[in-house]
Amino acid sequence: MIEIKNLTKVYPSRGGAVTALDGVDLSVAPGSVYGVVGRSGAGKSTLIRCVNLLERPTSGTVWVAGRELTALSPKQLRAERRRIGMVFQHFNLLSSRTARENVELPLEIGPGGARLTRRERRTRALELLDVVGLADRADAHPAQLSGGQKQRVGIARALAADPHVLLSDEATSALDPETTRSVLKLLKRVNEHLGVTVLLITHEMEVVKAVCDSAALMEDGRIAESGTIGDLLTRERSELARELFQLGEAPAHTALPDTTVLDVTFHGDATARPLIAQLSRTYAIDVTILGAAIETVNGQTVGRMRIGLPGRYEDNVVQIGFLRERGLSVETVGETGAGAGTARLEEVAS
Amino acid sequence: MSWSEMRPLLWQATLETFQMVGWSALFTVLIGLPLGLALVLTDKGGLLANQAANKVLGTVVNVGRSLPFIILLIAITPFTRGIVGTTIGVDAAIVPLAVGAVPFFARLVETAVREVDRGLIEASAAMGASHLTTVRKVLLPESLPALVSGLTTTVIALVGYSAMAGAIGGGGLGDLAIRYGYQRFENGLMIATVVLLVVLVQIVQWLGDFAAKRLAHR
Repeated sequence: MIEIKNLTKVYPSRGGAVTALDGVDLSVAPGSVYGVVGRSGAGKSTLIRCVNLLERPTSGTVWVAGRELTALSPKQLRAERRRIGMVFQHFNLLSSRTARENVELPLEIGPGGARLTRRERRTRALELLDVVGLADRADAHPAQLSGGQKQRVGIARALAADPHVLLSDEATSALDPETTRSVLKLLKRVNEHLGVTVLLITHEMEVVKAVCDSAALMEDGRIAESGTIGDLLTRERSELARELFQLGEAPAHTALPDTTVLDVTFHGDATARPLIAQLSRTYAIDVTILGAAIETVNGQTVGRMRIGLPGRYEDNVVQIGFLRERGLSVETVGETGAGAGTARLEEVAS
Repeated sequence: MSWSEMRPLLWQATLETFQMVGWSALFTVLIGLPLGLALVLTDKGGLLANQAANKVLGTVVNVGRSLPFIILLIAITPFTRGIVGTTIGVDAAIVPLAVGAVPFFARLVETAVREVDRGLIEASAAMGASHLTTVRKVLLPESLPALVSGLTTTVIALVGYSAMAGAIGGGGLGDLAIRYGYQRFENGLMIATVVLLVVLVQIVQWLGDFAAKRLAHR
């Protein structure tokens, strides 16, 4: 639905240019909820503004719904933008208009096409306010609404012109955790029921965990890592997966002498099977559990456990093989010592 | 001078003041509003950013604002004659009044429009709005309360200017006060004129504040 190819954005400034985007490729499948996470300054905001060309990229191409936006005339671009909804961190509602009138705004904009009558616009706006759960506040002005309510109006407005894509620019960053959850739930519902593809940027992993089926990590204007959540969680040494699913710091070597520390990730069927007990029985070893967490990420149950096996790594190759055969992903923790916190199994084994 | 003598004079002069201020305010809005908008739109980072145009407009406005009104009044008499065919009377006073108030109002418009959150302009662009649509649907409605306040200030300034315009034959309350009150020592009429002017300004201010408050939904 959204295809971004080799996008760069360089801001000229005194004392040298600033590169905000440095060769970004991104592909968002139709119907997905795609999250781009990163620290502030990583270029997320510039990236999402480049999707509907609020910012002109320095080079690269942007395709949305099969049209190359970067090649359109200003007039054609305006027509395409009408089908791309956008939700903002600070809501950006018109204070002079009521909630309903704010939702009607996109319907008043735009060249010819099927211009709606005043009554049709009104009906459509009330419908959408009902979808976002604000039917009873239709005549309130933004100043009379809470942050969460304002963002709901923002979402209703973004949906008014029947977009195929919804861009969310830190939509929940100004909201408290509880309101964030309800707004995210709404976004998910919009995605599922209206089939709108969502691209969101955020600095909160919680947001990705709650609604995204795919994610990308941005660092210094580049995509450091990307994939579906399922892929990322099973990918070893995935920084995103680690962030999504924190187990804390690795215990120091000296604290656990002669122990092989492993991070084991369960997903799919594996979550329902007593694999650690089997491991312990099969090889007659004592397994120490150092930490564990089970979470639901985008509807999938995923468990992660940090365990200690007696003996050095070489003594445990067979046991690790046992776990991997049963579909778990296993990472050794602290094995290579200085520098790398985790080492990839294959590297050590070869 | 008795009240019955004063009354028709005051009535006539008040009507003339209304005419001068009303018409000049109308022309001030018609010219000053687009001018003020242009100042914002052509400025750096604006929708129609154009440094050269912005400089020219800014300079014109500054020149207009730096001339004391009494000087302007006299300096543009040829221009006034060109437009209305005469340099005396109510019609002739409207021209310098509007010319004097346009740059004043344009700056107030500029300030008001600049106050509109950039996020709203961005949201409008994201919805596919053209620049013209953004001005019509976002910039003007969002700055309307501030524009009304600016217009109130401008109208009150025009009431003051109109007294000066009266002095060179424009008519109105200012003219009345000078001809009868100052030159003929008619203190009663002078006081009546002053009271009328004070009441007039109060009413304008009150109406303006009321309208601005009704329009703002903060």
